Amino acid sequence: MLEATELWKSYGENVAVAGVSFAAKRGEILGLLGPNGAGKSTTVSMLCGLFRPDRGTVTLDGEPVGDDANAVKRRIGLVTQEISLHEELPAIANLRLFGALYGVEGELIGKRCAEVLDLVGLTGRAKAKPSTFSGGMKRRLNIACALVHDPDVLILDEPTVGIDPQSRNAIFDNLELLRSRGKTLVYTTHYMEEVERLCDRIVIIDHGNVIASDTREGLQQLLPSTDSGRIEIEGDVNEEVLAWLVARGLTVRGGTHAKSLEAVFLHLTGRQLRD
Amino acid sequence: MKPLLALARTDIVLYLSNRRALLVGLAAPILIAAFFGSILGGPPTKPTRVPIAVVDLDRSPVSKSIVSAMNGDSTFDLREIAEPEAINLVRTGKVRAAIVIPSGFGDAAPRSMFRPNVLKPEIAVHYDPSQATTLLLVKGLLAEHVMKAVSSAAFSPQTGLPLIASAREDVKKSQTIAEDQRRNLLDFFDSVDRVQRGSASAQGAQGYGPVQGLSMPFATREVEVTSGVDRKYNSFAHAFAGMGVQFILFLGIDLGIGVLLMRRQGIWKRLRAAPISRAVLLGSRIVSGSIIATILFVGIYAAAIIFFGVRVEGSLVGFAGVIIAFALLTSTFGLLIAAIGKTPEASRGIAIVVTLLLVMLSGAWVPAFIFPEWLQKATLVIPTRWAMDGLDGMTWRGLGIEAAWAPIGVMLAFSAAFAWIAVKRFNWEE
Repeated sequence: MLEATELWKSYGENVAVAGVSFAAKRGEILGLLGPNGAGKSTTVSMLCGLFRPDRGTVTLDGEPVGDDANAVKRRIGLVTQEISLHEELPAIANLRLFGALYGVEGELIGKRCAEVLDLVGLTGRAKAKPSTFSGGMKRRLNIACALVHDPDVLILDEPTVGIDPQSRNAIFDNLELLRSRGKTLVYTTHYMEEVERLCDRIVIIDHGNVIASDTREGLQQLLPSTDSGRIEIEGDVNEEVLAWLVARGLTVRGGTHAKSLEAVFLHLTGRQLRD
Repeated sequence: MKPLLALARTDIVLYLSNRRALLVGLAAPILIAAFFGSILGGPPTKPTRVPIAVVDLDRSPVSKSIVSAMNGDSTFDLREIAEPEAINLVRTGKVRAAIVIPSGFGDAAPRSMFRPNVLKPEIAVHYDPSQATTLLLVKGLLAEHVMKAVSSAAFSPQTGLPLIASAREDVKKSQTIAEDQRRNLLDFFDSVDRVQRGSASAQGAQGYGPVQGLSMPFATREVEVTSGVDRKYNSFAHAFAGMGVQFILFLGIDLGIGVLLMRRQGIWKRLRAAPISRAVLLGSRIVSGSIIATILFVGIYAAAIIFFGVRVEGSLVGFAGVIIAFALLTSTFGLLIAAIGKTPEASRGIAIVVTLLLVMLSGAWVPAFIFPEWLQKATLVIPTRWAMDGLDGMTWRGLGIEAAWAPIGVMLAFSAAFAWIAVKRFNWEE
């Protein structure tokens, strides 16, 4: 489906992306993780044709994704980290504009607008301006604008920044529905629990390179056994059982998969602060 | 083509839906043009009288005659007051100039007419330096009135006869005058003497009042060279052109800053991700900017025509061509700002300074003929100068389409240059 091969990108002396390769399959959500400055944004920009790679290629079903009026770009939708809407245009006008840019016209645009507004739960606010929306509603409309041309691939760059749990949950439901319809999603985020819930596979990028790429379970195998010990106990877990475990040198704490993923992330990228 | 139209339509809808910005964009140039038009002449009305103070320290018949003549001059709004008060009125801007006729002027001035080498009496003209052009007007009219009064005194029997007698003695005694010249001068004095005595006996009068002094040997007939014989100059035409150019260039700044803001907000990123070419993306900004600028200019001129009597006296097609060419210039100027600018805040400041320079050098604020000659020539490389010349030519000058081609051509050339630089300098991967 969407394949990045040996992508390189430099800004003067600074090498932002140094040979990134990965592929996202049809009907899967691929998580793209990395600390600040790792090269995620540059990689995403090359995936959707905003930047031209110095070297390497991005292809969609074998067709190269160009950086100008490339027909392959019709099959890609981009949800930016920023709210990329005209705040003083009604929601429906925003959708129609982005539809027109992707060649969706006539009766089809009306149908598509209705579908995506229904998907993100904004049917009743079609004629309202985004300037009157809450942060969550704007985020949902932001996604709807990327879906109005019915893309095969949806690239989402931190699409849930600054919204409440209800809106975030609604967005997750939408994305899972899209996956079930066979869409390919590339999802970048800093929130481990989002990756935990959504992503089928995860690519971790640091210093412009892919340092790990696998399923969540596969990545957890990368942790040393002392760090990744996890026991499932059936039946009552009382103090006597816990004391027995502690007596044998094991550390007992409440834990989730997300936390485990965070441990993997920190293990791979280090604990040093990134600016 | 359809994406380009969709983008351009969105820009136009967004601009027109911002009622407050639209109102300011239209109202500000109209109000300021109305102000400039009215102070720079306005529609044809009777001329404003220049407030002047006069101080007569001489109180002689000559000085009284001068004051009386100035009082009768419709150019002046004359006040005769004491010297300190007069100077104070100039200092406070209540009058433009104060004329002080010194004591003894009535005797000294006629005498100095026939003695070029003697020290001439001085009339002091205290003037407001911020109104320096008034000084030329005052000196010119003062010369006319003084010459008339002094020459009248010089040729009157009462004042003139002793004056001629005294001059005759001086010439007779002079060691430096050649004999031929002396004889000619004495003949001249005899001739003047006969005129004065003849005038006195004919009138049987003692006063010199009835004797006419030197008067202006010509009269002037002012003919306004406007678009037609019966057409009067309307200074609002130039003012509306100037303010239209200025505020529409400000719109160009907004267009450029708009692109920088779109970049900051991420909309630009999403537009770039769409399957449209860079030419369509930038072209749509040029199309929408040009249409908005044209709408604004039409609105500004509609007000000028309806409320201020401005007329397109020249070629209507030429006028439309100049407007459209300037609209194109505005939108490409905006694109240039977007291409060169780094941040909206910094770019706005620099763009405003550049715009004000372009407007100032175009002759929009003050007519270009006030500029030094070198600057008048230098401003021919300023596109806004051509816009002003084109608009003036098609409105109050009443010129034909042939006078519009050069301004249109120059503005289109600048537009192409701006667009080319913008495309080359645009940072697509920011």
